[in-house]
Parts: sequence; structure tokens; C-alpha cells
Amino acid sequence: MDSDMERRYIHCDADKCTGCRICELVCSASKEGRFHQELSRIRVAQPTPTIVTSIACRFCENAPCIAGCPKDALSMSGETNTLKLDKARCTGCGWCIEACDFGAIMLDRSTKSVVMCDLCLSLPEPRCVEICPKKALSLSTSEAVAQKARDRVATTSKKCIV
Amino acid sequence: MYSYSGKCLVVDLTTQSTRLEELPESLLSSYVGGVGLGTRLLLEKSTPGAEPLSPDNPVVFVSSGLAGTMVPTASKHAVVTKSPLTGLVGDSLSSSHWSLALKRAGYDALIITGMASSWVSLFIDDDIVHFRKADHLLGKGSSQTEEAIRRETGDNRVRVASIGPGGERLVRYACISNDSNRQAGRTGTGAVMGSKRLKAIAIRGTKPISVWDLDGLQKVCADLYAKAQTSATEKYRMLGTPANVLVLNRLSALPTRNFQQASFEGAEGISGEHLAECYLAKVTACASCPIACEHLYRVQDGPYAGLEMMLDYETLFALGPLCGISSVPAILKAAELCDFYGIDTISTGGCIAWAMECFEKGLLTTNDTRGLRLSFGNHDALVEMVERIGKRDGVGDLLAEGTRRASAQLKGGSEHWAIHSKGLELPGYDPRSMKTQALGFAVGLRGGCHNRSPSYEVDMSPGVDRLKAEPGRGLLNKEKEDFAAVLDSLILCKFIRRCFEDFFLEASRLYTLATGINMSPADLRQVGERVNNLKKAFNIREGWTHADDWLPPRMFKDPIPSGEAKGAVLSEAELRMMIDDYYKARGWTAEGLIPPGKLKELKMDDVIELLNG
Repeated sequence: MDSDMERRYIHCDADKCTGCRICELVCSASKEGRFHQELSRIRVAQPTPTIVTSIACRFCENAPCIAGCPKDALSMSGETNTLKLDKARCTGCGWCIEACDFGAIMLDRSTKSVVMCDLCLSLPEPRCVEICPKKALSLSTSEAVAQKARDRVATTSKKCIV
Repeated sequence: MYSYSGKCLVVDLTTQSTRLEELPESLLSSYVGGVGLGTRLLLEKSTPGAEPLSPDNPVVFVSSGLAGTMVPTASKHAVVTKSPLTGLVGDSLSSSHWSLALKRAGYDALIITGMASSWVSLFIDDDIVHFRKADHLLGKGSSQTEEAIRRETGDNRVRVASIGPGGERLVRYACISNDSNRQAGRTGTGAVMGSKRLKAIAIRGTKPISVWDLDGLQKVCADLYAKAQTSATEKYRMLGTPANVLVLNRLSALPTRNFQQASFEGAEGISGEHLAECYLAKVTACASCPIACEHLYRVQDGPYAGLEMMLDYETLFALGPLCGISSVPAILKAAELCDFYGIDTISTGGCIAWAMECFEKGLLTTNDTRGLRLSFGNHDALVEMVERIGKRDGVGDLLAEGTRRASAQLKGGSEHWAIHSKGLELPGYDPRSMKTQALGFAVGLRGGCHNRSPSYEVDMSPGVDRLKAEPGRGLLNKEKEDFAAVLDSLILCKFIRRCFEDFFLEASRLYTLATGINMSPADLRQVGERVNNLKKAFNIREGWTHADDWLPPRMFKDPIPSGEAKGAVLSEAELRMMIDDYYKARGWTAEGLIPPGKLKELKMDDVIELLNG
């Protein structure tokens, strides 16, 4: 299938992120019907008190998780540019988890299969984006994120010249 | 039962054994969680008259019915024990990921009893409890301890609450730290943990939390998140609590040089505004908090270049103006050392300020300090003294006992400027220029505290003359205390309070949505009064007397020398009048005792039974 829709993913603005993990709580509430951060599809990383961001599946163009899956359970939907999991094929072996450079795939031990962000396609916008109290999360594209970076560089260099 | 697990994990360090106890719904709904449930469990599990630093004094960690859910700011836990500083109830709150871990491991409460024969740490891995040797962790600060345990367990989800070298050495105001930079700060809970030879409690909690009405809860919480971005929390979001510095300075309420003055000439240079402009590195939040008040500051140059530290108003005031210090890098360094040694910054600052006054008045000399010029404003001396307290080295050993014991030992009139109530050093509000707060400090159930008796809010409200003591302040103080006890039991952070329009209505609804337990606004209101009567009952059992509700002599003898409230002083008669007024508002006797009918009225039959049995 041709890919009509531009590839989108949940982008976190690390300057705005405070590490509150409300995204984890609402994601798990939305997907699991209870507060269960272990199965949140978005996860916060805070290696030091001042460095913090949250990370969800980026739906890589050449997704290593798809290549790594020995059961061919993972595929990219051309229609939505999101990962699709064939639950019947997934054995919960965790190769995709190891292949993912972002730590964006989680193992659900109760169903013995993996879970990852699906952009909440059935909702008007992803639940985490809707709820993030600091508006640090957005549904973004590589081009939009790159444009933001270019704008930032432009602003900074202008400041330097003046 | 929803949200609550109804389970209490009891760990006996003497026998290295554990057991589970049921917490019935009636008990949970009566005392809710946090400070309330913690004090109730302490009353039941402790031997009357137990020495605080003995195996007979349990230390209780308590979660709540809202922790682990998306309720804003509810990821907190309380630590409750008999305080080695006051000899009365010691209850302290902390927050963030360890609080979540405790709840997610499946426990509403964790009680530690006994004493280990050699240093241990606990690793609570959901249902399994491991006792581990901890000798290799001794001497480490909380961050280092946490790092070491994470390395050993190989899992970043493991959250650690631990004591630092100060707690190991039983500094009477040692705290229990978690998640690197959160502390159950006050009343010396860390010394109790140290006396049990328990270095750390690591938890991996991986269980889900189910609530009674998920959709309903999500709607209410989303509204609160939105309100938490409005003017209701502006102070905490924009400058954080250091915003208080200039406000209190203007009101002559910023305790300076051990309460000799109430305004500080260096206030501008340590203000929240200045910190934000010159030092701010990042603003972060506790788990499940939409406000984000934690302002992390970074020192750019000088001897402490590269230092990153969080600072709240209380730490800032205690290590700054109270010791006459105007160097921000030195305050940040002293705060970092307090965190490393795991000692309460308010009491540490209070003790050093007391010692500085002793030094300036000749009661302590360079012979006592090994040459250190312990004068107000000497920031190198401040930093050095924090080290010595943490190590109980030389005069630091005396200061590690707190101002009440230190002044009783040193004598020479130093009791006059030992600024504490019931042994707990006063926080950063001058009681001479805030007279309702003076009452709050005097009668405070855990000692002088602005969190448990937040009556500065009364003094700062429109239409109240804060310099005047008048009938009616007793009731106002009672109401502030009861409201605080509800927040501390639910547990909600005080910084979210203005996001509620009708607090008792909305909070009781949140409680029911999460737990499925019916709680009316009136029920919740009564919880506050119940918890404070419970704390009082514990204190009476442990030997509280009428004379304990008082303030240090300075407040009556030394008027504020300058500023807007120049000349303000407290008279014994006006404090006595307010205390009588307060006892009356509480329905207590003229001696401050609880009449038997009061506990009945508050449906505390279980407590009556415990006290009689």
C-alpha cells in the first residue's frame, strides 16, 4: 500500500517536560482501564534531575523491530504509518524490544505479547498529548520537529549577531 | 475495595521476618491514609513511653487511597514515628516515585519494627521482601545509595528511600530521602531508621492500581490539571517557594540572624526573582504533579561551579538569612551537604544560627570550634558546620542534638535564643509579626511547624491585623490545622489547594471516585479534626504537658528591631489568651486535654479502646 499519510509520532519538547509522568498514567488508564505505568505506551526517561523527556514509538522508516521479529508479527500500516501487531503471531519473545533503540516497546506479561504506541487513532488526539499539563507533547512529524530546530537556531544566531 | 490494597506489610528487623496484616475498610475510611492512618498505626504498634531511638519505636510508612492514580499531586507518602527531637508524634511527608513504588508494590502501609543486629537494607520486590547486608552502603549519601542499589538490582525502576551518614550517626533531625532529592524532612525520622540499623528501603512496585470510576476520575483530574496552570498556582510555577523571600522580608517576617532581626539586608540577592534570573537550570515536578514547583539551580563559577541543587524557601531561609548568609552558591552548597548527610535543612540552619549567636556572645569560642570563626554571615563556616553536624564532629556533635538539648547542655542563657517549639526548630515565619502563626507554632502537635499549623495564611489574609492577638484566632488556627490534616492524610500537596473551588466537596468526590468508599464533604471535614485529636492523644500518652505549648523567651523579650513591624513583640498574656481560645475551639479542657466525650463524638472508639487497653 502507498503511504499517503506523513509519518507522525509523539514528540516531547524536553525543555517543557517536567518528568511528572502524567502521560504514563493517562496512557495506561486509556489503554488498560487502570493505572499501570508498566504498560504505558509512552515512557519518561530522567537520567539526571535536569535531563528529562518522554519517549514513544517513532514508527521508524526502516523499523528494526519489524526486521528483528522472528515471527513476522510486526508490520507498518501504510495507511496510518503506525505499527501493527499480529497478536496471534507474537510470542512475547522480546526481540523487538531489544531491537528498539528508543525503548518504546513494552512486554505485557499477562497477554504474553508486546504493546506500543498506536497514536490513539480512534480518538480526536492522542490522550497523552491532550492531557500533558505543560503542553510538552505534540503529534508531530520529522519535518515539523526539524523546522522547530531550524527556527531555534535562527533565533539564537540572530541574538548572537546583535 | 478499589485503589487501596487493604494490606499492611510489617517488617521485624530483629527477627528478619515479615507478615501481612489486613487494613479493614472502616479503618481506612476513618483515617484515610498518610499522616492520619500513620498515626493511628503508630498508636497501635508502639509501646507507651518507648524511647524514640529504641527497638520499641516503630516507624510507619503510609500511602493513600489517591496515590498511584492520576489525582494531581497525590503521589506522596507519610513517615510517622515517635520523634527523637520532640519525644512526641513525628510525622513527615515526602513525594514522588518511591511513594508510587510503595503503592504499586501493593501496600497501603509499611511498618518497620525492632532493630537489626548489623546494618541492613530492604528490597521489597512486589510480594517478596529481601533483607540485604548494607555495610558497603554506610557513609553514602542518599543519591549514592540509590545509585548503588540500582546497580546491584540492575533495574532503574527500583526506587530507594534511605538515610545518609547523618541518620547513621543518629543526628536527631536526620531525614529519610527518596528519589535523590525528595525528603521526609522534619522531626528526625531518619535517626529512628538509623537506630534500627536500616540504611535503605528499595522497592520495585509493578502492580496496576484500579479505581472505582475511571472515567469520572479522569474528568475531574483533567479539570484540576487545567486549573493547575492558572493563577491558582502561579507562585509555585513561576518562581517556586523562593518567591516568599521578598514578601516576608517586606512584612518583617523573614527570620534573620537567629530571629534577632526579621528582615535581611541581603534579601534581594537571594530572592526567588534573583535566583530565577541568574541560577535557574530546570523546573521539574514530583510524580503526578501538574504544577511543577521544583526549581533546580546551577552555580556557574567560583569554588562551587557546576553544583546543581534544588532550593525551597524553607531551606533558603534557614541556610541564608537565619545564619546571615547572602551568598547563593554557599547556600546551595550547604543545602547539597544537608542532602548528602540526610539532615533536615530547617533544623540544621536553626542549630547553626543558634551556635553563631553563642559564638558572637562568647559562649562558644574558637577553642570549641577548632579555630572556626562561627559568626553570622561567614559562609565558609556555614558549609563547614553542616559537615561537622553530619559527622557529629566536635561542636557538630552538640548541634546534632537540636537546639533544645544543645542549649540545655551549654546553658549560659542560650535557652533564650534556642528557637524551637517542643524541640522542633521554627520555620521561616517570624511569630512576633504573625501572631496567629505564633499560636500555631506554640500548640503545633509535631512542634513548631508552618505545614501542620499553616496560620500564616490567616495573618496574611485581608482584614486581619497580623500584629494583633485577638479572640477568634484559636478557631482560625484550628480550622487551618484540620484542613492541613485532611490534605496530609489524603495525601495531597498543599500547593494544589487553590485549584479547588469547594475543597471538601471536590476532594471527597475524588476520594469516592478512586476508592468507591462513600465519603461526604462533612465526613472528610471530620477526618481533619479526628486526625488532630489522634495526634494529640498520642502526645498525651507520651507525656505532653500544658507547659509544652509555648514559645522561646526571645519572642516575648526581644522586639523586632527594624522594618515594617519594628517594635513588634509577643506578650505572654496574649499568647496565653490565644492558647485558651484555641483549646476552647477544639473542645479540649483548659489544660489542653481531650475530654472522653470528644473522641466518642469523633467516632474514635478504636482509639479509646487502644488507650484504655
